[in-house]
Amino acid sequence: MSEGLRFILNGERVAAPGAAPTTTLLDWLREARGLTGTKEGCAEGDCGACTVIVRELAPDGALRQRTANACIQLLPMLHGREVVTVEALGGAHPVQRAMAEGHGGQCGFCTPGFVMSLAHAWETGASAEPEAVVDQIAGNLCRCTGYGPILAAASAARAAPAAAPDHEAALSRLRALRRDLTLTLDHRAEGARFLAPRSAEEFAAARLAHPEATILAGATDIGLWVTKRGFRPAMFLWVGDVAEFGEIGEDEAGLRFGPAVSHERAMAALAPLAPDLGEVWRRFASPQVRGAGTLLGNIANGSPIGDAAPALIALGARLTLRRGAARREIPLETFFIEYGRQDLRPGEFVEFVDVPRPADPMDLRCYKISKRFDQDISSLLAAIHVREEAGMTTLARIAFGGMAGVPKRARAAERALLGRPLDEAAIAAAAAALDEDFTPLSDHRASAAYRMRAARNLLTKFYLERRFGDIRVAGRGRAKPLEDAGERHV
Amino acid sequence: MDGTGFEAGKTLEALPHDSAFAHVSGEARYADDMPEPPGMVHLALGLSTVARGRILSADLSAVRAAPGVLHVLTAEDVPGINDTGPVVHDEPAFALSETGESAEIMFHGQCLFAVVATSREAARLAARLARIDYEAAEPILTIDDAVAAGSFLSEPYRMARGDARAAIEAAPMRAKGRIEIGGQEHFYLEGQVAVATPEEGGALHVLSSTQHPSEVQAVIAHNLCLPSSMVTVEVRRMGGGFGGKETQGNLIALAAALAARITGKPAKLRLDRDDDMILTGKRHPFRIDYEAGFDAEGRILGVRFEQWANCGWSADLSAAIADRAMFHADNAYFYPAAEIVSHRCRTNLCSMTAFRGFGGPQGVLGAERLIAHVAAETGLDPLEVRRRNFYAPMGAMPTRSLTPYGMMVEDCVIEEIVEELAESADYAGRRMEIAAWNEASPVLKRGIALSPVKFGISFTTTHLNQAGALVLVYQDGSVLLNHGGTEMGQGLYRKVQQVAAAEFGLDPERVRISATRTDKVPNTSATAASSGSDMNGMAVKKACEEIKARIAAHLGAGFAIFDKGRIVWQGGETTWEAAVKSAYFARVSLAATGFYATPKLAWDRATVSGRPFYYFAYGAAVTEALVDSLTGEYRLLRADILHDVGRSLNPAIDLGQVEGGYIQGVGWLTTEELDWDAKGRLRTHAPSTYKIPTAGDRPERMSVRLWAKGENRELTIRRSKAVGEPPLMLGISAFLAIEEAASAAAGAWTPLDAPATPERVLMALP
Repeated sequence: MSEGLRFILNGERVAAPGAAPTTTLLDWLREARGLTGTKEGCAEGDCGACTVIVRELAPDGALRQRTANACIQLLPMLHGREVVTVEALGGAHPVQRAMAEGHGGQCGFCTPGFVMSLAHAWETGASAEPEAVVDQIAGNLCRCTGYGPILAAASAARAAPAAAPDHEAALSRLRALRRDLTLTLDHRAEGARFLAPRSAEEFAAARLAHPEATILAGATDIGLWVTKRGFRPAMFLWVGDVAEFGEIGEDEAGLRFGPAVSHERAMAALAPLAPDLGEVWRRFASPQVRGAGTLLGNIANGSPIGDAAPALIALGARLTLRRGAARREIPLETFFIEYGRQDLRPGEFVEFVDVPRPADPMDLRCYKISKRFDQDISSLLAAIHVREEAGMTTLARIAFGGMAGVPKRARAAERALLGRPLDEAAIAAAAAALDEDFTPLSDHRASAAYRMRAARNLLTKFYLERRFGDIRVAGRGRAKPLEDAGERHV
Repeated sequence: MDGTGFEAGKTLEALPHDSAFAHVSGEARYADDMPEPPGMVHLALGLSTVARGRILSADLSAVRAAPGVLHVLTAEDVPGINDTGPVVHDEPAFALSETGESAEIMFHGQCLFAVVATSREAARLAARLARIDYEAAEPILTIDDAVAAGSFLSEPYRMARGDARAAIEAAPMRAKGRIEIGGQEHFYLEGQVAVATPEEGGALHVLSSTQHPSEVQAVIAHNLCLPSSMVTVEVRRMGGGFGGKETQGNLIALAAALAARITGKPAKLRLDRDDDMILTGKRHPFRIDYEAGFDAEGRILGVRFEQWANCGWSADLSAAIADRAMFHADNAYFYPAAEIVSHRCRTNLCSMTAFRGFGGPQGVLGAERLIAHVAAETGLDPLEVRRRNFYAPMGAMPTRSLTPYGMMVEDCVIEEIVEELAESADYAGRRMEIAAWNEASPVLKRGIALSPVKFGISFTTTHLNQAGALVLVYQDGSVLLNHGGTEMGQGLYRKVQQVAAAEFGLDPERVRISATRTDKVPNTSATAASSGSDMNGMAVKKACEEIKARIAAHLGAGFAIFDKGRIVWQGGETTWEAAVKSAYFARVSLAATGFYATPKLAWDRATVSGRPFYYFAYGAAVTEALVDSLTGEYRLLRADILHDVGRSLNPAIDLGQVEGGYIQGVGWLTTEELDWDAKGRLRTHAPSTYKIPTAGDRPERMSVRLWAKGENRELTIRRSKAVGEPPLMLGISAFLAIEEAASAAAGAWTPLDAPATPERVLMALP
């Protein structure tokens, strides 16, 4: 028997013993607590109108704070944590004043979400430069303002005299709660169960005992099954309370990520390996989704268009799969068998991914092509990892997302490059070889013809960038034909 | 005094939105935020899973047996007409009839039935359990499909002046082409929602997220066989509308009202976002075929446009929308001879509906494509071609002022605006610099474009140009304001409050704004056509004038000035409070209604003649884009905007409309792509797949200015101009800039279809 589902809401301890495991934080806030400042815009984590701040204790005892989309956070995932909603800011927070006085809202429906994203950035001392703010609010959609006044408000709030956020008080609340929660959460309500093991051993045993249970990490995908498909599983097995699962290991060879490492933390660790990794991670998910979603979750759900897999395949990442006490290690690319099917046995789970360090950070270049630059699922993603030694290509690992039913290596293209000088003829041969590697599909993101043409061109782009430096319209390495950003807003 | 309250050079204050502080604190309540009374029931809609066909059999037993389900609403539950069509009654509310004949299925996602249950979750889960067998037919989805099947809502409509064919034939140069223009999802952040509460004696109160409370009231009355006086519709605010809540809230409110009526309990229907996007209407996709004759200097001598609108399954507002596309086929250009023919295609898609610009944007884009084509043929700078074809400026000889629909453009200021903007944005210098830069940049290419907009202000359905207001002054001098306009974020309430405060000479905070309700002001028009502040501001002003006249008469003043809380007249002075108090004791009425009907309008659709618009709003934008010729990706580098709002009622709010409108227009023409598959299923039915602009899509450098010389020549409220829709078309400059950059990459003019997604850009290159 556990102490029951407990967390802190706007500074007060709360319990939710009767909440079904699929109850979303958003519904609970609005319906059980009457906190209607947090809005539902999409119920799938894409618009940010439901943004709240979540605080938790890191294993080292420090305060870890992030934003989250309340619409796809399942309530038991907040166990032992603290949730801050717009109501707690009191109305006179520097961000609120700047947004109101600076015309940062029109219809106002997205506004509380923006306020929370900006308040989080303000509290954590993040940059208020427009470029940084654009990323801080990449997960918040506004249909009215055109964003200019919001960027200006972020900057104005930073200039305003600041009262320090009360993080010490939050820490002591969280520590006190943690002291009182000594047992594994085994939340049962409305015929369903949410089990949150506290150790890897406990998790592995539970997985073996409940192979039918749905493994849950950040709920940035499964949350949508709940809100959009009526998914109501009998049992969730949650990775989020297993302390070891949140660890990032690092040595000479590379990095190791456990199942509870969020994209946000993975991004910080991956960016030094290769700048394009940081860029891919920044673009493929908003801060809210990066804070909740996990690197291993993105791999384990087997999406053909997940951006993590091709990038890591190009680096030669390996997965460790665990079943009870038994472990096996496989190359990441072999995990994806075909669309919707992964190399995962009953009772098994993905325990680690090991990501080798490239010899040179610039040996890896990634190109994410999507309709919208930020926060969009890729039409295709190319990750090209090439090593030249003594005028010859000695390593070529090229992986694509969006070009097949699974993230997949372009082995024919790799062969075309290997063992010869990297020149235009080699690139042309590799581009032609893509026909052997892929038969892409047409869907609402892109046509097959575009995917293939862009994929070929990306090999050319890779070559040109390697010779002449970045050639990009946006994001990392973007061309800056204009001198200066000039006036941001009238 | 000119009767408008306008004093030379005086705009009203740039106050924040009336609810700005309530927005940021989360206290501003939207319909779904109202505390739910005990016993409230919730609805979910059951939607068709085929695009065209008929229902062979329906088994709702599993729906009824699901936990929490109280009732399932089908056609037989509707006592009245079972129809939500705003103009034509061709929109069955519930297509499914269990005892009689079901309506024909007209699109994928059409409403078949509604589940009423004890919770929203119970209703939604139950709605999935229906077992329905269809006899599916091949759907008509595209304009080509409709043409092949002869599927149209009405006969083609034609506007013409002169002999366009002959003029084109005789011209030294000719161009002919086609542009395909995609639709657009509104993506208001607050989805469709309504809450209906039964009241005494069978009356109903309905909170609805609607731009048109009077129509929601009428739809509920007709369907429930109630007099309109028994139905009160209220809306304090919407979380965005953009036209998507002009008619599309009808069904939502009706379903809630019907559930409240049948269960006797308060009933709420809030659509899930995906259902909202699948079910509700969007901006019309268009195809525009054009041909033009012109001379080597780029002067247009004759044009023909054939506009094809994909209207979806029902008439909705398509006739007026397609008309407005025709009214804007000239944009800011004088055509000596013109013929514009419009075809309204009926297809098995959701019903295309009002969306900011209301057909105008498609018409304007057609005109701008034509200009770009003329520039390409003549080798001239497109801006030069634009200049040579502008309507004659206000005050000049009106030899180049007549529109294809027979109205004179008397207030044209586009030339002045364009010259001022071209200068401040250094269009000419940058165009040269960009050409040089492109020479040295083989992969990345830049492009720059300036596009103007001229937009006709008034409902072209003339009788809609009316508005009412109710102004109440209490004994303590505080003022309560009500009018027929709705607040969807555009700042209407604040503007009208400022108008009333200026009339009474009071601080705006002394004037309280209250929710729009059909029991306060009846028979209102939709808050649409950019007309909200023009019409409701004027109606409020008239009510204020009435009260002021009574107070002045009571004070024995022939003429009194109300300013800064005081009333001054020849021979006396008093405070507002004292005057109000003494008027009360003298038994003077301190409440008044105001009514306004826009003057000068006389449009006769049958004879294609008269004056559809009171005036025109103008603006222009210069956008610069950077395109990657290897991937088709692009970024907007810089935008400079100069827009005419007349004398602003609130410069901060107007700037917000201009800037937001521009970005929304950019979204329409770049990343916002609606994709229906071959079975008529919308594949882009969520923000994960339908991409509106994020903060990162905003041009890196942006300058937005209101035109300092702006002043409406017509007697509008304080000489302001409407601002809601016109700036959306400024986004066309971004589309043209991308096209310019793509053309630089291709080495030849490379016209694009819209939206210009990275794919369309790349695939247009050789």
